[in-house]
Amino acid sequence: MSNVRILVACKRVVDYAVKIRVNAAGTAVETANIKHSMNPFDEIGTEQAIQIKEALAKAKGNAEVVVVSCGPAKAQETLRTALAMGADRAIHVETNDELQPLAVAKLLKAVVEKEKPNLVILGKQAIDDDSNQTGQMLAGLLNWPQATFASKVELTDAAMTVTREVDGGVETIKTTLPAVLTTDLRLNVPRYASLPNIMKAKKKPLAKFTVADLAVDIKPRLETLKITEPAKRQGGKIVESVDDLLDKLKNEAKVL
Amino acid sequence: MSSLLSIAARRAPIRLARASSALSSQIRHFSSPIDAGLGLTDEQMELQSLARSFADKEFAPKMQEWDENQHFPADVLRKSADLGFGGLYIREDVGGAGLSRLDTSVIFEALATGCTSTTAYISIHNMALWMIDNFGTDEQRQKFLPPLTSMEKFASYCLTEPGAGSDAGSLSTTAVKKGSHYVLNGSKAFISGGGSSDTYVVMARTGGPGPKGISCFVLEKGFKGLSFGKKENKLGWNSQPTRAVIMEDCEVPVENMIGHEGQGFSMAMKGLNGGRINIGSCSLGAAQASIEAALEHVKVRKQFNQPIAHFQNTQFKLADMATSLVSSRLMVRQAAKMLDEDHPGAAAFCAMAKLQSTDQCFQICDDALQLHGGYGYLKDYKVNVYLRDTRVHRILEGTNEIMRLVASRALLTE
Repeated sequence: MSNVRILVACKRVVDYAVKIRVNAAGTAVETANIKHSMNPFDEIGTEQAIQIKEALAKAKGNAEVVVVSCGPAKAQETLRTALAMGADRAIHVETNDELQPLAVAKLLKAVVEKEKPNLVILGKQAIDDDSNQTGQMLAGLLNWPQATFASKVELTDAAMTVTREVDGGVETIKTTLPAVLTTDLRLNVPRYASLPNIMKAKKKPLAKFTVADLAVDIKPRLETLKITEPAKRQGGKIVESVDDLLDKLKNEAKVL
Repeated sequence: MSSLLSIAARRAPIRLARASSALSSQIRHFSSPIDAGLGLTDEQMELQSLARSFADKEFAPKMQEWDENQHFPADVLRKSADLGFGGLYIREDVGGAGLSRLDTSVIFEALATGCTSTTAYISIHNMALWMIDNFGTDEQRQKFLPPLTSMEKFASYCLTEPGAGSDAGSLSTTAVKKGSHYVLNGSKAFISGGGSSDTYVVMARTGGPGPKGISCFVLEKGFKGLSFGKKENKLGWNSQPTRAVIMEDCEVPVENMIGHEGQGFSMAMKGLNGGRINIGSCSLGAAQASIEAALEHVKVRKQFNQPIAHFQNTQFKLADMATSLVSSRLMVRQAAKMLDEDHPGAAAFCAMAKLQSTDQCFQICDDALQLHGGYGYLKDYKVNVYLRDTRVHRILEGTNEIMRLVASRALLTE
């Protein structure tokens, strides 16, 4: 491959280590004043894009890694992190409105039409909503091939060979390019940003778009009715007999 | 159940930057009073985030093991140098990161939450490099610094002697010029990294008695006449070896003198200003980690049918600890800013910041241990390591008694 543009989508999510709580109104997880970071699968995606770029540079090729994030102003923290890891430039689609996977897929389609990348990399899912939809929907909207849950990727000029982690084991597929890739956990181990790269990131370009600029309808199609915390763990019970056990399994735990 | 330390924060309107390449800064609200992001720019938050992440992943899981086994984690140190921690405030042309003292303080504070002893070693390595970077010729900088900023080689700083601690100006290691070499005789005590480091920045007497007779040399492991004492057995700082550095007719090339004859002591004093901020920052990190550990413990430990977090004594103690930490942090960061700005009052301020932060943070670690009850005394829990590591911060880089001398001298002058 000689000249490649890779678009990487990132999302700012509640940090994986935070002990989350449901807000007082019972409408959503409390996110105010809570530590956020880049979705771990998106870190893996950014790392993969940079590794592809580095491999191409060794082979005297050229690659550009563009990171994009959709969300409020704070999404720029995530873009900054990606730039510090080694991405070349960033795009921020700014909105304070709720974004569901279909809306994000439509926004990303608009960005893809502007940027014309050879490859779009997304995390397999975000750790806040665990939707696992955006990559697939984006591929559908673009009518591009998709390789999801990637644990290994090999690129040639016009094709991509991907090993996927699926329920039955691993599956290897080959797609043409351009294509959509979603990352799974074992694809790579993301690098730390280095101090010099954090400083360099300041000077890298960041372009901003509004939803109106991209002419996309982001109205939510799903309404969340209720959010509750998981039931508190009950103490165990000692049963007197097998009959008693069967009765409890059938009538209380309802697993029989 | 309301969380003890969270404040209901009201969001201020978010201000957006206009320039397309600038990343916006916003008013950030933190729910925790001890959040170390206080007063930092976006970029400093990024540096802090990297350092904290590195500390959490690379230092924290190993801290107790390194302490217990007195293990010097050279491989992890080199990993940190790959990211730029080997020469934080060293100039970029020799592999440094070219950061400010304030940036450096933020980074050391974050790293120290993972392992205070190892972070303190990184700060000493940085200080030794700074002497060469700031006072050396370009030739010396290009020769000595690149392998040091990458931590291919480690550096130690040698000022203290068995007979010269607080009275550093009375040091007795001699350096006599003989043709193309200086011949050094004497010994240095309590040298961090002594024996493992490759490069030693040594203060020795070339001239008459007192501070003005002292000059600065770079020695390297392998020089004839350079040897090391036994590894000291210490209360803390166990992830860095401490040894005496012994010079017996040790020949040092003339080109290895940094600065000119008689300049050594003033160089040392300038170096110590930064060193004091560094050590203070390490104390801050230890105190931060100790408070975090104590907060976790008091929420789960129950006595008299409730978490001990419900008792007013616990609450008041934690509030005092938090207040102490934040006031120390503000002093250390202010001192760092003053050093960056070359403020004429910086030396006294660095002394006061070091005094305050090292004393207060040791107390915080001690209080955190107390809040753990009997468990705090077990090495299974981390808080004892922070306590033991920060104890020495009240002694080195100038004892806290000397800090009082420096501050009072500035007060009583003119």
